[in-house]
Amino acid sequence: MLKIIRNTLVAAALISLSTATMAQDTIKMGALATLEGAFTVLGEDSMRGVQMALAEFNSMGGGKKIELITGSSNASPDSAIRAARKLVEQDGVQILVGPLSGSEGLAVKDYAKTQPNVTFLNGSSAAQDTTLREPAENFFRFSTEGAQWMAGLGEYAYNEKGYRSVAVLAEDYSFPYTQVFGFLEPFCRLGGKSPVDARFWVPIGNKDYSSVIAALPDDVDAIYVALGGADAVNFLTQYEQAGGDLPLIGGSITVDQSVLGSKGRARSFVVGTPSAGPISDTWDDSRWHAFVEAYQTQFPDGFPSPSLFAHAYYINTKAALLGLDQVGGDLSDGGANLRAALSALEFETPTGMVKLDERRNAIADIFLTEVIEGPEGNLLNKTIAVTSQVSQTFGLSYDEFLNYGQVGRENPKCE
Amino acid sequence: MKFEHWFFNATPGSGFKPSWLIVAVFLIAYPGFSSDFFTFQIGAYSLILGTIALSLMMLAGYGGMISLAQMTVAGLAGYLVAILGDNSVGVMGLGWPWWLTVFVAISLAALFSAFVGAISVRTEGIYTIMITLAIAVALFYFVRQNYTIFNGFTGFAGVEPPTTFGVYWRNPLPFYYLCLAIAVLSLWAVFYISRSTFGLSLQAIRDNPRRMRSLGFNVAAHRIFAYFLSGIIAATAGVLMVWFNGRISPGSVGVEVVIDILVIAVVGGLRHPVGPFLGAIVFVLLENFAIDLIDRERFNTVIGLALLLIVLFSPDGLLGLWRRARQRLSAARQTRLAAGRATRDGGSESYNSLSNP
Amino acid sequence: MRQFIERHTFWSIIIVLGAAILLWLLLAVWPEWVTNLLGRKKTFVNTLLNGLTLGGLYFLVASGFTLIFGLMRNVNLAHGSMYLFGAYIGYEVAEASGSWFLGLAIAFLAVAASGVLMQVLVFRRMEGDDLRQTLVTIAISIIAADLMLAIWTGTTYQFAPPEWLFGAAQLPIVSVIRSSGEAVYIKYPIYRLAVFVVAVAVGIALWLFLNRTRIGMMIRAGVNDRDMLSASGINVQLVFALVFGIGAGLAGFAGVVGGTALSIAPGEDVRYLLASLIVVIVGGLGSVPGAAIGALIIGLAEQFGLAYFPTYGVVLTFLIMVVVLAVRPQGLMGGQWTRR
Repeated sequence: MLKIIRNTLVAAALISLSTATMAQDTIKMGALATLEGAFTVLGEDSMRGVQMALAEFNSMGGGKKIELITGSSNASPDSAIRAARKLVEQDGVQILVGPLSGSEGLAVKDYAKTQPNVTFLNGSSAAQDTTLREPAENFFRFSTEGAQWMAGLGEYAYNEKGYRSVAVLAEDYSFPYTQVFGFLEPFCRLGGKSPVDARFWVPIGNKDYSSVIAALPDDVDAIYVALGGADAVNFLTQYEQAGGDLPLIGGSITVDQSVLGSKGRARSFVVGTPSAGPISDTWDDSRWHAFVEAYQTQFPDGFPSPSLFAHAYYINTKAALLGLDQVGGDLSDGGANLRAALSALEFETPTGMVKLDERRNAIADIFLTEVIEGPEGNLLNKTIAVTSQVSQTFGLSYDEFLNYGQVGRENPKCE
Repeated sequence: MKFEHWFFNATPGSGFKPSWLIVAVFLIAYPGFSSDFFTFQIGAYSLILGTIALSLMMLAGYGGMISLAQMTVAGLAGYLVAILGDNSVGVMGLGWPWWLTVFVAISLAALFSAFVGAISVRTEGIYTIMITLAIAVALFYFVRQNYTIFNGFTGFAGVEPPTTFGVYWRNPLPFYYLCLAIAVLSLWAVFYISRSTFGLSLQAIRDNPRRMRSLGFNVAAHRIFAYFLSGIIAATAGVLMVWFNGRISPGSVGVEVVIDILVIAVVGGLRHPVGPFLGAIVFVLLENFAIDLIDRERFNTVIGLALLLIVLFSPDGLLGLWRRARQRLSAARQTRLAAGRATRDGGSESYNSLSNP
Repeated sequence: MRQFIERHTFWSIIIVLGAAILLWLLLAVWPEWVTNLLGRKKTFVNTLLNGLTLGGLYFLVASGFTLIFGLMRNVNLAHGSMYLFGAYIGYEVAEASGSWFLGLAIAFLAVAASGVLMQVLVFRRMEGDDLRQTLVTIAISIIAADLMLAIWTGTTYQFAPPEWLFGAAQLPIVSVIRSSGEAVYIKYPIYRLAVFVVAVAVGIALWLFLNRTRIGMMIRAGVNDRDMLSASGINVQLVFALVFGIGAGLAGFAGVVGGTALSIAPGEDVRYLLASLIVVIVGGLGSVPGAAIGALIIGLAEQFGLAYFPTYGVVLTFLIMVVVLAVRPQGLMGGQWTRR
């Protein structure tokens, strides 16, 4: 055993020696996603986003070769930190793209504070506090977060759909809190109602919703549902089975392709359900078309269309490469120039222009969508509107926005 | 030979061996020739996991009780450190001084361990596995759902070890030595316990509870006390764990990590207190470097296969494998030296039983 | 029955009283004060039915688990994996053939075959080593979960049951009387009622099999005393393989039934394993009637917890388990297996 350790150590020493001599003409970039556990499929699609951005730049950044090293977590923050630490401290990456999920993002942000010479770019994690409260100087998020994704939906529900009161059914953790907040804040500001006792928080991973469905009130205009993956699939089927007839409003991952495209019964009753998010599969725009086409040619065995994970990783990786181009690939100052360049960076993505606010969170376009029946009877999200340049604070000043307090089960009160 | 005898039935710790000195020198000198990463994430982390697995080895090896709640005890101690001490989340964080925090956290977690023991000692063997697994999952759900004390799904971040004597204890070097000290102390404690009157009665209870009961021993009390002692070890490692990660959340006490501890202990070997540490080193190396060798996607298959192979072919773990290999080697050498003199020592006997379990 | 009433007069009165109250709650139109106390009748009745039907599903899974344990003292911690495996196999067959029932049958047979294989290839080699068998099943479940993830990915699968099983039925239970005097009846999904019926049918079939057939007698004899059974010249290995097959097959069967009521996705294996563990700990390891009672209690607790106090609903079932263990370590209907 000792021998093995010694050998590993020698090997590690050799690797670090060789990198010292190679450092002039290559840049090490780490990519961290969930390549194990239940989110493996999403993690793999994230890596496709990274590959696409690298292919677009021929794996070059600022005239230097980019060496990509992948890391894997199992969606728990502990494992994300260990994987990040390995990439940074053992493999010596100077730029790290990742992680995938919200609580991992918060953990990696905290870790970033201990590594001031490494530049961290978000993957697809979408927790508010990753950049809102106590941000890290070297953590950049060119993708948007959960509350931003809801932009335009509250207004749409109130003004166009004419809903005045909604019940809420959501999973009981931070991401749905953020989404509910993002939806209710404008909805209630306009005069809509969603009393706290009409909000149902179910444990994540709950599969049997029939009792919750029975407990939902009848005297509301619609139900706002923020569930994801299998939980959403289960709820929708059971709601139909129980003869539910209230219209639904969906969170960003409630009626996306992972749910609409799940194996089994088509849920035609969700047609007409509005939702909002960072991408829209059917957006009729040349930049998006080009992106989807590139994805399909590069990964014939990938998803039919890139997921929001591939999209977010793509944008963040591309930002890193653009930043490297601007500083000529020079990271000899511990990446300070790169980070200055990233802070000022503004660029065109498949979903419109992106730039950062002063806490290094993206200001980007958000899509308002509605479920329609596609030509082959499949269900799609049709783009209704694009809310342009959504900021993390909904256009309010930072201090005003902080007055809302942390997202939670009862924020906003909405009475 | 029956599986249980192979599998646990650790014998009381034996005296000093010269090979220990080599290991000790290596462990003390280790940070000198390894990078910070190897000192911290490989070295210190293996020691922490090894210590938690050691607490399981103590219960299983000397008490015959396989508890899956050891990680839960460790995690509870970690949670208590975040709750009683300081964290950056803005929930709880009572700001107690670190020594009080650590003391109370370890004590409460050890009491919880005794409580787990009290629930499960009335049953035996496989029953214990089921019940402790259920308790572990119950606590996982509870901390995930409770926001007022455990801050639910998000858990706690910004948990810092203290700075004493001008040393910031999360720096790789001091943290490694801290973990090493705790690990050695725990090992020594387990050795000591195994040879104490209490330890010997525990082993007798393991081998024949009925006889011990009729001899007037309070079997349940012995077992609960064993849970309490192993809880102290697990909880201490849990405090190190939360300092190591700087954070704790329900995932830190989830089903996967609970099973991981079992895998570490079984793969390392439950018959000797050093086994769990061996298992931990292998596990941590795999966890960190498997992605460079194989596709990370099938990491769990590798872990599962390792467990399967060990349970099928070498119930006393890697340590047993190593011991048998060495005995076989020395047996072969002796045969060569004293040609013609047939040697059948204990080693080759146990090797034979390997092929016909 | 009569003996029971004579011996436990007090409890009999309590039981009759409870049943009467429950019946009244179901049939009567609730006066105001009951609604104030328990919430809307619709919620209560639905939750009650959900609890019963979920209990039925849990019984299907747990009965196999407890059967295997009763005879072989093998805690098969790969039982959840068998549930998931059966569900996936059933889905593939149902998709390819278009017949849901064929999927159900093949799932039972395929998982039963895998169970027999496991018994012959793995467990037979380590007979008497309960602990080792249990650890092997942990290893198998880790590997199986990972391989199934590789084959069927993380996508959620849902069965399409035959059309006549989908949709809701109107129950003869009045929910409220509208101001117009029109009675509103409670609707409930047909499929879930079917789950309950199937669970009861399987329960009765198991009882008949164990009590009225020769093989069943052998099995019961084996449960009571393994050594005597083999001493009486019966091919114990055959009985073991058969029971393992039936137990595993029931898990696969439940996979299709449960996958249709809810859905199939990675992680369901652990969920149903835990549910089975708790059900049999509460009901008593090795006892089929115990599994039925445990499944009902856990199903009802889970649903009422979810509907009335969702935050800690998931912890409730574990609390029940701890309480049962503290009072009756061998479980409600448990025999002598807690102490070997």
